[in-house]
Amino acid sequence: MSTNVDPVSRAERAVPVGVAPVGLPPAERTQQGGFVVAGQSDTRRTLARWFLYLILLVGGLGMVFPFVWMVASSLKSAADIYNISLIPPAPTLDNYREVFANTDYARWFLNSLVIATITTASVAFFDSLAGYTLAKFKFPGASVIFLTILSTLMVPTEMLVIPWYMLSLNLHWSDTYWGIMFPGVISAFGVFLMRQFFMGVPNDLLDAARIDGFSEFQIFWKIALPLVRPAVAALCIFTFLGNWNAYIWPLIVTRSESMRTLPVGIAFFSSEAQSSFHLIMAAAALATIPVLTIFIIFQRQIIKGIVLTGLKG
Amino acid sequence: MRMTLARRQWVWAYAFIAIPLLFFLAIRIGPALFAVWVSLHQWDPIALQRPFVGLDNYERLRDDTVFWRALRNTWVYVLVGVPVSLGLSLLIALGLQRLTRYVGFYRAIYFAPYVTSLVAVGWVWRWMYMPNGLFNDVLSGVNLGPFNFLGTPDTAIFAIIGTTVWQGLGFQIIIFLAGLESIPVVYHEAAAIDGASAWRRFRDVTFPLLNPTLVFLVITGVISNLQVFTQIRAMSSAGTGGPLNSTISIVLYIYQQAFQALPSRMGYASAMTVVLFAMILGITVFQLKVLSRNNNEY
Repeated sequence: MSTNVDPVSRAERAVPVGVAPVGLPPAERTQQGGFVVAGQSDTRRTLARWFLYLILLVGGLGMVFPFVWMVASSLKSAADIYNISLIPPAPTLDNYREVFANTDYARWFLNSLVIATITTASVAFFDSLAGYTLAKFKFPGASVIFLTILSTLMVPTEMLVIPWYMLSLNLHWSDTYWGIMFPGVISAFGVFLMRQFFMGVPNDLLDAARIDGFSEFQIFWKIALPLVRPAVAALCIFTFLGNWNAYIWPLIVTRSESMRTLPVGIAFFSSEAQSSFHLIMAAAALATIPVLTIFIIFQRQIIKGIVLTGLKG
Repeated sequence: MRMTLARRQWVWAYAFIAIPLLFFLAIRIGPALFAVWVSLHQWDPIALQRPFVGLDNYERLRDDTVFWRALRNTWVYVLVGVPVSLGLSLLIALGLQRLTRYVGFYRAIYFAPYVTSLVAVGWVWRWMYMPNGLFNDVLSGVNLGPFNFLGTPDTAIFAIIGTTVWQGLGFQIIIFLAGLESIPVVYHEAAAIDGASAWRRFRDVTFPLLNPTLVFLVITGVISNLQVFTQIRAMSSAGTGGPLNSTISIVLYIYQQAFQALPSRMGYASAMTVVLFAMILGITVFQLKVLSRNNNEY
């Protein structure tokens, strides 16, 4: 985890949006956009700051503690599982071996990876294309199409799973990758998000490319899309996470053990494990540690992506 | 006949939008209408007869005590979970905003739970809540308990809400942080120069300007809590919304009726999805009204 000061967010904070900070010399403004309050002694403020760091650290440790406890429990043998100590008395990887031996863990992991990757690529492409079209083309029916797509955001997934299930039965999509993926390969939220970002791309740029003889698809692919790359990245992060952790639809549409996604497989394993929490915690660790590792490596980009999708969406 | 430039643009636009539009019609709008149609039938996918029953399913809902229990519980998830998580996340965001060092580290540890699977962390919390689990071990150290948090009808739903709050907190914190960062510093400075206390500055400057962020988080929080499912499957006894239906939610009941009941009651379950849709529609319309009012103020 990066423990460095995050220069970007600091800069963002110091520059208020749309308002020029006039009248106060920069020296009176603290770095994080706070301000000097007269009458408070330096020692008191330093102390208060230390206290703030401390209390937020305690809270943060509380946030990650369930993961620590999960890993600690997963390293304990069945005999030690009710031992309260954070450090396993006799650490063992047996639980992990047992989970691997008794489940299709590798297969579930692969299923989730394939499904989340293909879905993300599809969403990135089609949502960008649709968002670009709705932002940059004037054509009869454009606003009706936009409202149609937008209106689907209000329909909860749970209303659709029953019709999707019937569709999958009739078309023999049940228990296939396509069956798990098809509801998510294009997302209305992403179309809306990408439209917002493409509206910020200047038309002059696109017209210049037209004069240069680019086809409309080339203009989208080579000129417009690279300009909104941060938005595409954010959409990808958001979509991948959502599909990686998706539960209700994969639960419904899969039948065979080998077609389960990681959350579905872990859920079945855990409820069948008869409260053998040393094994359940090993399974939970196997489900959470890969995604936590990716998060630790890319935490800045991931958090930024989530903020971007959250604010524009 | 040569196409004009505008006409040529139309062709490209329709070509670009065709697949997404067909997708939304076939996979979202069609199925939504079909769900309403199914709700008017007695529908078991393996039966040959699927008789049309009009509004019977809705009338049965009216008399179904489990449905009312699920509806009540769902609103407990919303009305307890959303205020608690928003209050906590705003408090933490206000603290994090004042940090000048290790900002990335602090944000990351609060955000970490949000990226993990609810199934897996649901089971981790279940383990900590067990009568012989960590929380009771700690409580027995001060001569309290043991409490069967998830096995007692009065506490189970709140134990599950605790997990939901923990998992979603990071998202709300970073959205609040982004909202706080967008508030011009000069407003605070002006208020401070005028002698406003820290509390007054929060109440009269920060809070009103944070309103759009707050509305966004309230709406997304309400909608996601209305659809609570995964954590109940992972944490309630046998995953059925127990004990004594004290944790069952609308979506869990829909799932049970459509995919677990024998014979499958998909018509009945669809009627419940229509009720859920109506609630979400109501909230969305309300959101549009509130948001447009906010925009007028600026």
